[in-house]
Amino acid sequence: MSSTIKRGVSLYSYQNETFQGKMSLEDCIRTSAALGARGIEVIGEQTFWGWPECGAAKEDIDNWHRLIAKYDCVPVCHDFMLDYKRYKGREMPFDEQVASVRNDIDFGARLGVKFIRALVSIDPAVLVAAAPYAQEKGIKILIEVHAPLHFDHPWIIRHAEAFEKSGSDALGFLPDMGMFLFKFPPVWKEKFLRIGVPKAIADYIEQAYEDRVLSEYVIHNVQEMGGTGPAIAMAETLRHNAAYEPKRMLDYMPRIHNIHGKFYQMDEDYIEPSIPYDEIVKVLKQGNYQGYICSEYEGNRWIEDAFEPDSVEQVRRQQVMLARLLGESVEPTLQTTVAA
Amino acid sequence: MMDNKMIVEGSLQREEGGFSFLGRLPYYRGLGLSMIEDILVSVDGEAIAREAIRFCVRGRTYTLDDMETVYDDRWNFGEQARILALGRELAAGDHAITFAVRMRVSYLPFVPTTKDTKQLALAA
Repeated sequence: MSSTIKRGVSLYSYQNETFQGKMSLEDCIRTSAALGARGIEVIGEQTFWGWPECGAAKEDIDNWHRLIAKYDCVPVCHDFMLDYKRYKGREMPFDEQVASVRNDIDFGARLGVKFIRALVSIDPAVLVAAAPYAQEKGIKILIEVHAPLHFDHPWIIRHAEAFEKSGSDALGFLPDMGMFLFKFPPVWKEKFLRIGVPKAIADYIEQAYEDRVLSEYVIHNVQEMGGTGPAIAMAETLRHNAAYEPKRMLDYMPRIHNIHGKFYQMDEDYIEPSIPYDEIVKVLKQGNYQGYICSEYEGNRWIEDAFEPDSVEQVRRQQVMLARLLGESVEPTLQTTVAA
Repeated sequence: MMDNKMIVEGSLQREEGGFSFLGRLPYYRGLGLSMIEDILVSVDGEAIAREAIRFCVRGRTYTLDDMETVYDDRWNFGEQARILALGRELAAGDHAITFAVRMRVSYLPFVPTTKDTKQLALAA
């Protein structure tokens, strides 16, 4: 039986192509729609030039709505940034931070999304203060729970407590599936090998990750093995990543409304070798999740020094995997070339 | 990120009192200009002084000191800005251009610098 979980794409996935002007907004939306990933998530200021300092042009917003309608898609989420370090040497005052969030709530409303994504470093009090305005506009503010944070981290618990205390339904969570990394991603290891990590050290770190060795021990051991520069950097990735349990999302399900389907690589057999999507989808079904999983291809970061990423093919493979895990009967395919 | 895409190929040109090339922000979004902490340019291994660098985008030109308090303009995602270096005339032919950007990103606990070096040809 098909699930109520829906498929989407964060246009972050196509950034190497859009940065270079190889794919337009229409190419991104048409490609996602062709794969049956009808939920579209954007980083507002990546997709809409000018936002927020110069505002976004009315023609650009009109074009967005025209494309969403043309390809029968759904605007899901605007990822906003809140630059509280806008002023050199001093943090943005509290009231100005709240005003900045309200500005992004307005922008989200213009885009027709139900959710806006907040960065995890934002003070929970700022989000609580902005919540009534979000409620008024029919928008929920979702804080991204992203490695190295996780649902048992004190900072996330502090957000959860602040949200509960506020009593507002306009506050919630957007988990990034990267926090469930259960193996060291092959594309990470390959990059570290390219930049000079000795193979014996790379093999050790990869195994230590699988063995769940504490990052501080791994860093120390790599130093003892004579590791320098890139080898230490490879060991330090363990500080920022750990294999948290997907089932930890269950306690928070009432406030989870959108999901970043982070992936570092999709192999030809439609497997993400380092993130346990079968387990993740099982937990989401158990928690009766009914929102979108938006593909977020981040392997680009790890291969672009050596290869030109093929983001569309990577997204296609993840969408095939998700469709299978969600029990859909039709396999997503791309009939046309990207720049049709 | 996007390190090797910072300098736009074939964009080196002569300017009055100097030279210029096109540069892109090495980042997955844009940034307000006040968050560009520094732009470093060197040509054939020789650094250009900070005061001699200009940032030009959509018809506006800024010194790097000016940019630090510009809150109403941006360097957009993938946008090609003209980076102008004054006081250094270049001969025709190939030159190694190095372009680095240091940016202040609110959610990062450090201030990243990203760098690209490319050989660019200057027409006679």
